[in-house]
Amino acid sequence: MELDIRLIKMLQEGIPVTERPFEEIARRVTLSEEDVIRRINEWKANGTIRRFGAMIRHRLAGYSANAMVVWNVPEEQIEGFGTKAIEFPAVSHCYQRPQFPGFPYNIYTMIHGKSREECEFVARSISEATGVVEYKILYTNAEYKKTSPVYFG
Amino acid sequence: MDYLDRQLLNIIQVDFPIASRPYQILGERLGISESEVLERVHRLFETGIIRKIGPSFDTRRLGHVSILVAARVPEERVDEVAHIISSYPQVTHNYGRESEYNLWFTLICRDEGEMNDILESIKSRTGISEMHMLPAERTFKIKVEFEF
Repeated sequence: MELDIRLIKMLQEGIPVTERPFEEIARRVTLSEEDVIRRINEWKANGTIRRFGAMIRHRLAGYSANAMVVWNVPEEQIEGFGTKAIEFPAVSHCYQRPQFPGFPYNIYTMIHGKSREECEFVARSISEATGVVEYKILYTNAEYKKTSPVYFG
Repeated sequence: MDYLDRQLLNIIQVDFPIASRPYQILGERLGISESEVLERVHRLFETGIIRKIGPSFDTRRLGHVSILVAARVPEERVDEVAHIISSYPQVTHNYGRESEYNLWFTLICRDEGEMNDILESIKSRTGISEMHMLPAERTFKIKVEFEF
């Protein structure tokens, strides 16, 4: 477990761009390269690692508009709404969250597009596909922080 | 960015080879040499398109807790309050949004105790009292790769 935590802490900083990155990681945590590769593959298989790959800055990649679209979905429609909404490739995240006074929205979707019009079009399409008409688009006007989580920090 | 860069980005966002020589495997898939793949990845880092190569962990499986917080901040204080909030390492995302709830941030902490401590600390340092705690009750999708 302690070795696992050391490995997690090392991996979350990102692997070096070099011919044998896992050998380099292995050296830092005093494991063998084979052990590191096997452990990562185990974590991918059991879902501890959701994804292993390059993380990109989507604004630099041309996806400059980014909107959080929140929906007021009747309880009995949540399942169907979620299933349909996640089929849209522009939807990166979709969560159910609690409503609060003055803010009756219970489903949160993140929509990424190359323009505001594109985000609006996606939101409208989701509304038409699901029949849920009460939604609100909250555009991002400042990105103060966006980092990877620090586990066992 | 040319066609090969875009192909490379599409592959390594979702399917980075977990193997001794990952760039050699990528080179075979793209029909270029290992050293050319490495050069291209270095360049994509330098131009800032790639932020990091590594794992995205499942927060809950690591025993950590996460939350989204919606705050209502007087317009003239948004920048100042945002900078205080961003200074906590447990704050992973912090965005200004066009809404009466104009600051939205996420926290990932090792347990509920640490989370409550940080939220209390943020409230007392900023003086902002209207914050709504919005934990995910259900996750339908998390997908952060982009098609190039």
